[in-house]
Amino acid sequence: MALPDYQQEDNKDTRGSKKKKHSPALAVCLSILFAGLGQLYNRRYVKGICFLIIEAAFLATMLQSINYGLWGLRTLGTIPGTDHSIRLLVFGVLSLIGVFFALALYIANVLDARNQARKIQNGWKPSSFRDAISSFYEYAFPYLMTFPGLLLMVFVVIFPLLFSVLLAFTNYNLYNSPPRNLVDWVGFDNFVNLVTVPLWQDTFLSVFSWTIVWTVVATTLQIALGLFLALIVNDPRIKFKKLIRTVLILPWAVPAFVTILIFSAMFNDDFGAINRDIIIPLLGGGGLPWLSDPFYARIAIILIQTWLGFPFIFALFTGVLQSISKDWYEAADVDGGSRLQKFRHITLPHVMFATAPLLIMQYAQNFNNFNIIYLFNEGGPPVRGQNAGGTDILISWVYKLTFDTNNYSMAAVISIIMGVIVSCFAFYQFRKTRSFKEEGEI
Amino acid sequence: MNQKKKSRIEVAAMYLVLTAVAVAIFYPLVWTIGISFNQGNSLYSSSIIPENFSLDHYKWLFSSESDYLLWYKNSLIVSGVTAVGSVIFTSLVAYAFSRYQFVGRKNGLYIFLLLQMFPVMMAMVALYIFLNMIGLLDTLTGLILIYLGGQIPFNAWLVKGYFDTIPRELDQAARIDGAGHLRVFWSIMLPLAKPILAVVALFNFMMPLFDFLLPSIVLSSADNYTLAVGLYNFINDQFANNFTRFAAGSILVAVPIAAVYLYLQRYLISGLTAGGTKG
Repeated sequence: MALPDYQQEDNKDTRGSKKKKHSPALAVCLSILFAGLGQLYNRRYVKGICFLIIEAAFLATMLQSINYGLWGLRTLGTIPGTDHSIRLLVFGVLSLIGVFFALALYIANVLDARNQARKIQNGWKPSSFRDAISSFYEYAFPYLMTFPGLLLMVFVVIFPLLFSVLLAFTNYNLYNSPPRNLVDWVGFDNFVNLVTVPLWQDTFLSVFSWTIVWTVVATTLQIALGLFLALIVNDPRIKFKKLIRTVLILPWAVPAFVTILIFSAMFNDDFGAINRDIIIPLLGGGGLPWLSDPFYARIAIILIQTWLGFPFIFALFTGVLQSISKDWYEAADVDGGSRLQKFRHITLPHVMFATAPLLIMQYAQNFNNFNIIYLFNEGGPPVRGQNAGGTDILISWVYKLTFDTNNYSMAAVISIIMGVIVSCFAFYQFRKTRSFKEEGEI
Repeated sequence: MNQKKKSRIEVAAMYLVLTAVAVAIFYPLVWTIGISFNQGNSLYSSSIIPENFSLDHYKWLFSSESDYLLWYKNSLIVSGVTAVGSVIFTSLVAYAFSRYQFVGRKNGLYIFLLLQMFPVMMAMVALYIFLNMIGLLDTLTGLILIYLGGQIPFNAWLVKGYFDTIPRELDQAARIDGAGHLRVFWSIMLPLAKPILAVVALFNFMMPLFDFLLPSIVLSSADNYTLAVGLYNFINDQFANNFTRFAAGSILVAVPIAAVYLYLQRYLISGLTAGGTKG
């Protein structure tokens, strides 16, 4: 079993190291030729055989399907009715991921053979089998820990994103959807159409500008209201602080899904409570067209988002405000600072410094806030000359393009544009975060 | 005297603002409760103070006619498995990223940060086709797998930030005493990271409970609906016809959730700021 094997191995290696004739270049060549040969040359038999088996198994089972997958990715099928372009695209993306991992393993194999050979050349004596196993465990531990999560992430996050990106360069839509027809690669045509065809151009511009307005106004409003209320409740003259805080956090505690639908009913033009109980008794007239006029619908959505979003900010700021030392304010009092000055130079910097990354996340979240747009009014009301509704933001437009009109490729194009914008948020986060400065050690 | 008067006016103004906000907060909530006790189905004839007080809608939800209890069960299964699974996966990944040096660590962190910004929406078409191909479309398993994979980038980052704040001296001391990798993880890191793990569990319990988008795409048969999809269909089929039922169903979900949230809010916030600002 293992015991005599490693003893024998040990003896041979000792002799080998005396001669020092071991060549790293040969080990590299051998392992490039076929994974594992280099390790055999280094007399690491167990490891070598493992690599051999892995490569043989890979070649025997995966090679054909990967070859098929890559062929599919290149051509997207050749015979209409038989080849299913979208399945081929899925296989193709999965093959790409497979190839990536196979290559990574292969490179690891070559590097391992080289390092081992160098060590042997320098007179290194191989350790016992048990030690080798435990040192392998030491080395591989972080990979073992991340593997299950990584595997899941590859299939659920990375694969779908790659697929979406590729979809943007095809002509996949309702009219040529498989299995009856084939989908083709069309290069940048979709991107060109988005900026040249008037229908797309108009819709894109109006949806895009509304998305920006929505993100900035709704998020800033909820942050401002949250900060304002946190300051008020933090005032020493206010009593019943605990009760007030609980009440103010209530909108965060109630599931947003439920509240949005409730608001949608309350804002109903004909029999909603807002028109019936507030607007008509106070202002008279027939009530405001909350759902049918884009302008009022937008106002309503921003108000609702403020209602939904401020409690989180309020809770966050309350925590920070309580942690600011009183010394700062006392020093300011001695210097005769006004209340505004204290706020600008003490409170605001403290609060912003501590919460900036979370506030940026709020902007990113609202940029992608599909739920409120869709559940309130399904992005409506419809707008003449456009294929998006009056309150549609980019993400709800993508949803409509995908599931209502099945224009998958255009949806993918817009997804990519959103991805680029989102990356800007992410880039800001990179620079703010300290996580990268703390290195792993062991 | 003038100073004191001014102060009093200020305090009064502050209470006035708080009262206004409280009214704005309570109005829709109370309205929903009122609606759920109305007798008829239609929104038009309902009012905030019911003319004919009735518990009909609540009774109907628990009758054999409705799938409400089934949806409740589905939702609890999805949420429970997602919460437990996400704690396991995330803490493993976060431990490796916080304490070990390995190839791809730095790039992995960048990729996590980038991926957590992308909405699931962008991946929807691919996920649909993929689940269809492996036969997990319209199953709770498929839904759970997507939740589990999708939460990793954000939560791994959150937990990693918290792990970083645990002094390394502790695990080095344990190593000197002969503890292995898993032992350090299990006996030192996990107990110390309980607050953030509780936050991750809670978030991942709540998120699937009221996610609407993903289940509405993945699940197609009424037997597999989660609460959000089921409730939405009450009012989506014929608007205003079943709103009172929707209100009753929502209240039965919202009340326990709100109670848990209010009870745990302090931990939620401290967990978020610990991971988010220091991380």
